[in-house]
Amino acid sequence: MTPPPLLAITALTRTFGALSALAGVSLSVTPKTRHAVIGPNGAGKTTLFNVITGQVPPSAGHVLFEGRLVTGLSPHAVARRGISRSFQRTNLFPKLTVLENLRLAAAADGRGSWSLFGRVDRLRAPFERATETAEAIGLRDRLPATAGTLSYGEQRQLEVGVALATRPKLLLLDEPTAGMSPEETQRMTRMLEGLPREVTLLIIEHDMDVVGSLADRVTVLHYGEVLTEGTFDHVKRDPRVYEVYLGSA
Amino acid sequence: MIVRWVAVAALIVGAAVFPAFAGKYPVKLLQEILIWGIFAMSLDLLMGYAGMVSLGHSAFFGVGGYVAALALLKSPGVASGLLLPAAAAALAALVIGYFSIRVSGVYFIMLTLAFSQMFYAVTFQAAWLGAEDGIVGVPRLNALGLDTAKPLAFHLYLVVLIAVGALALFRIVRSPFGRVLRGIHENEARMEAVGYAVDRYKLLAFVIAGTVAGVAGSLYTQFVGSITPDAFLWTTSGEALLMVIIGGTGTLAGSMLGAAAFILLQSLVSSYTERWMLILGLTFILLVLFAPGGVVGALRGRVGIRS
Repeated sequence: MTPPPLLAITALTRTFGALSALAGVSLSVTPKTRHAVIGPNGAGKTTLFNVITGQVPPSAGHVLFEGRLVTGLSPHAVARRGISRSFQRTNLFPKLTVLENLRLAAAADGRGSWSLFGRVDRLRAPFERATETAEAIGLRDRLPATAGTLSYGEQRQLEVGVALATRPKLLLLDEPTAGMSPEETQRMTRMLEGLPREVTLLIIEHDMDVVGSLADRVTVLHYGEVLTEGTFDHVKRDPRVYEVYLGSA
Repeated sequence: MIVRWVAVAALIVGAAVFPAFAGKYPVKLLQEILIWGIFAMSLDLLMGYAGMVSLGHSAFFGVGGYVAALALLKSPGVASGLLLPAAAAALAALVIGYFSIRVSGVYFIMLTLAFSQMFYAVTFQAAWLGAEDGIVGVPRLNALGLDTAKPLAFHLYLVVLIAVGALALFRIVRSPFGRVLRGIHENEARMEAVGYAVDRYKLLAFVIAGTVAGVAGSLYTQFVGSITPDAFLWTTSGEALLMVIIGGTGTLAGSMLGAAAFILLQSLVSSYTERWMLILGLTFILLVLFAPGGVVGALRGRVGIRS
């Protein structure tokens, strides 16, 4: 008895000119699991995220979230359905404080943001959610700092935090440990492990230690196609996966 | 906080009682500054807060001015002097904004510029709008027991209306909506990604700015007693843009200061030489080179060093 998938991707294709970034990807994400997408550079991982979140329209195929079609929706509409993402290249509000970065994300679902004459501090819920999120990403004591002045590692934490503060049902993380030192990677891994289990995670990651300790399930992409899928141990033993990684190196 | 409110109240009262201490010409200058100031402030809402640099803001100034002229010639009521021009400018902003906000950066500048020049071309040709001579002999608003044909009544009407407009803008940039605009200015794509319908927020900002500009245009018509197609000319937008930059983009108060600096300099220099534009241009270049944050930026820097 498996529950219906939270995210069901069917035969998703996206071409850029002659290049097929996605060539018929089908993928199901079970609610409350942590699902990793791995694959060598150019496998189509980020394009997959871009299509799911509406940044890039698919050439063919579709994406269902909670049984409803989300392909064709604009990015903000996808986000409001409960899918939030972080970016591979840090994508924050650099001149705003950590608190304001998180508060803006937390306030995105409320009608309060249309208030022209209201006071920002009267809307308590976004502040509370921002503070909770700061706690979860380990930036509780950095709330007043300007985002642009944070260390690289802290900015990566905030990158995840901004996505998390929208309280998504499905959180897409695009290489959260990209460019991090081993210590920073460890801290990030612990932080991700500590995220509430209710949040379903779909994560692109290159660091196999991170994937091994985090993912319940792993999908391997190669040239825009699903090469194999299973538990980390299963995927790890698949000779084709080795070949793909070593072959591309 | 209290100091700030006392300062604001003092400024408004000071502007209101100014005619008691000054002659006709300084009062006229102050009125001109106030009208251009609120116009520049509305542009700063777009430029400094939402990050939308427009070169077509004159469209709304002109629409407000023309609608006020036509309506006041029919009847001098509040509807003619205020509500109709504001509504017409809002509608124009809704239509122009709907098309313009789809693009950004230079394309947004060019599109807004093109729309405003279209208004210029149409009014310049339209016989029923007086073509190139515009509409002259426009009476001032006379309603609710206030006959603004009297100089003092007009002055008070101007000061009160502009104070209300300015305070509303100050409130808006600090409201949750204003914070969303700043987020869009900082990182539009991320705002969209966390769930904001960015285009709708930008459109509302555009309509608010256009409405305030329309009221400014209406007041200008009532101030001068006439309106010509030149109101729509890109130089009208350009002057407001200069005022915003001189004062300090994204400060609101700076726009009023910028308007004061611009108009005072213009009146001062033009009484000595015909080439006042040259002096103004040089001053502007020096300012941008040495005080890129505008007057307010420079003042803040000074205070920051002291403290």
